[in-house]
Amino acid sequence: MKILVCVSKAPDTTSRIAFNADQTAFDENGVQFIVNPYDEWYGLVRALELKETLGGTVTTISVGGADYEPVIRKALAIGADDAVRVDAPESDALYVASQIAAYARGKGFDIILCGKETISFNGSVVPGMVAELLDLPYVPLATKLDIDGQSAVLEREVSGGVEVIEAKLPVVISAAKGMAEQRIPNMRGIMAARTKPLETVAAADASVTTAIKAYSMPPAKGACRYIEPEQAGDLIRILHEEAKVI
Amino acid sequence: MAILVFADQHNGTFPKSSLEAVSYAARLAQTTGTTCTALTTGPVEGDGGLGQAGASRLLVTDLKGQDSQQLTRLVLAAAEKEAAHIIIFSHDLMGKLVAPRVAARLGAGMVSGATALPDVSSGFVVRRNVFSGKAIADIRVDTEKKVITVTPNSVGIVMTGGAAQVESFSADLGEARTHVRETRTESNEHGIPLPEADLVVSAGRGLKGPEHWGIIEELARELGAATACSRPVSDIGWRPHHEHVGQTGITIRPNLYIAIGISGAIQHLAGVNGSKTIVVVNKDPEAPFFKAADYGIVGDAFEVIPRLIEAARQFKSAR
Ligand SMILES: Cc1cc2nc3c(=O)[nH]c(=O)nc-3n(C[C@H](O)[C@H](O)[C@H](O)COP(=O)(O)OP(=O)(O)OC[C@H]3O[C@@H](n4cnc5c(N)ncnc54)[C@H](O)[C@@H]3O)c2cc1C
Ligand SMILES: Nc1ncnc2c1ncn2[C@@H]1O[C@H](COP(=O)(O)O)[C@@H](O)[C@H]1O
Repeated sequence: MKILVCVSKAPDTTSRIAFNADQTAFDENGVQFIVNPYDEWYGLVRALELKETLGGTVTTISVGGADYEPVIRKALAIGADDAVRVDAPESDALYVASQIAAYARGKGFDIILCGKETISFNGSVVPGMVAELLDLPYVPLATKLDIDGQSAVLEREVSGGVEVIEAKLPVVISAAKGMAEQRIPNMRGIMAARTKPLETVAAADASVTTAIKAYSMPPAKGACRYIEPEQAGDLIRILHEEAKVI
Repeated sequence: MAILVFADQHNGTFPKSSLEAVSYAARLAQTTGTTCTALTTGPVEGDGGLGQAGASRLLVTDLKGQDSQQLTRLVLAAAEKEAAHIIIFSHDLMGKLVAPRVAARLGAGMVSGATALPDVSSGFVVRRNVFSGKAIADIRVDTEKKVITVTPNSVGIVMTGGAAQVESFSADLGEARTHVRETRTESNEHGIPLPEADLVVSAGRGLKGPEHWGIIEELARELGAATACSRPVSDIGWRPHHEHVGQTGITIRPNLYIAIGISGAIQHLAGVNGSKTIVVVNKDPEAPFFKAADYGIVGDAFEVIPRLIEAARQFKSAR
């Protein structure tokens, strides 16, 4: 199995979200970056499990600047064999997907595994675009992934149940919670990661189709209105008469 | 020039999220002086109510299955036939499956998870949430062709009172490379799927153990609500995984979210902070969730919930 795992970085989940003066860029000052949880906990770990049982290689790919390095080293410490960074800005989803597709084209990957979404941009868009650019089948939001001969067998939660999907390899998959369990890198992994190959490739030609006009913060919530626990039953009337939600 | 909207249906009926996408497309068509055509797979009776939601035409195909490549070819063929320059989907499973492919094929700028109608006063700017609901971004789309997915329960439906002209449609779809082997239904007490629920009762580790979920389910039943939970609760196996909401679970935007014994960690809030009204029940007055709440009860869940159940029961029988 030759697997490519798409690894993006994301601000640590407890980061303060702030923007630059003209409100067009995320203010990275003092922000700690982590591997996007869906990419790390589910995509990468499941790829490693498949490699452990079926043999093969796990390569990670990231599209971004040199500041991506710590995040890539973390992925290597967890167990990826080697890593690629496409030296290009994360301009928009189609641009990023074009970079991933340009690298993967013709290299014979059986599976391209992405996360369900980045926790920064929450697009759930890049993997589907990669699939289309490479003319491959696509299964989004998979909670389980196994290999059966020349097919991937996947599960996905749909309203009221679970669907079992069979997809011909090669395939692009986005991983949701349940596909694997988080792995904490050990000391050996961290040491090994320092010398594992990290290849930097130049950006391919691709167009940028969207731009951030402005970021803003959501309107602040009004103060919470407290109801005494002894009068809890009043809440139902308030929800009906005032909030008008029931 | 036209706007094409993909309207997903389940057994012949269109869920609210599909009607919202159609209404969004129709309103955009109106402000930009063009028409709105809807596309669906599988049989529907009449126009399935899509005319009411604003579609002037409805293309019906008999495509079975949900292979993303076949669906993409279908949407592209319909877009070409209608000369559509904007294609709209709901930001649901179907939208996530097909919209990115369509955008990539067309080289179209895409905004996923729009929460408002585009601002076309100068350029074409679409609003969406980013950083798991902690911020908002206005995205300018610079390409002539555009793809938008619309966040469910965020833009509403405007009924226009019309009927759509129904037409059958087919296209060369090629082979399917993915197949659904089986569908397992998981019992859901009241059959209200969480992502579509208007009312949600949710509980966390404060409930102490799975044996105490009876009161949560009872309250949900009295209100006609779906149930949800925090992540540790599904991780320990007190509740099924599909109930887990938050950054790493599902994102919901119900009209009412009642959080019981949940501390309100930022990763939990990320999945629920789009809810219209939030009620928090927690015995700790310092619980961070109260900062995000509209109504709060500081108290022991095991005393408060029975009172809520009783009041909900009376409310129900009085109506
Ligand atoms: C990267 C990352 C992603 C994460 N994703 C998610 C996610 O998607 N969803 C999610 O939920 N969490 C997520 N978490 C975990 C999150 O940080 C919290 O740990 C979790 O939400 C806490 O769950 P809880 O509120 O049920 O439990 P606790 O934090 O233990 O809170 C229990 C609450 O119950 C109250 N309580 C106790 N007894 C009673 C009583 N008798 N009556 C009333 N109240 C009582 C307590 O005061 C307390 O506030 C994530 C964490 C990380 C690091
Ligand atoms: N800059 C990037 N480099 C590598 N992979 C990425 C990048 N951005 C997004 N991805 C992958 O695409 C998935 C979905 O991203 P998004 O469409 O932004 O929600 C992520 O979970 C990653 O697996």
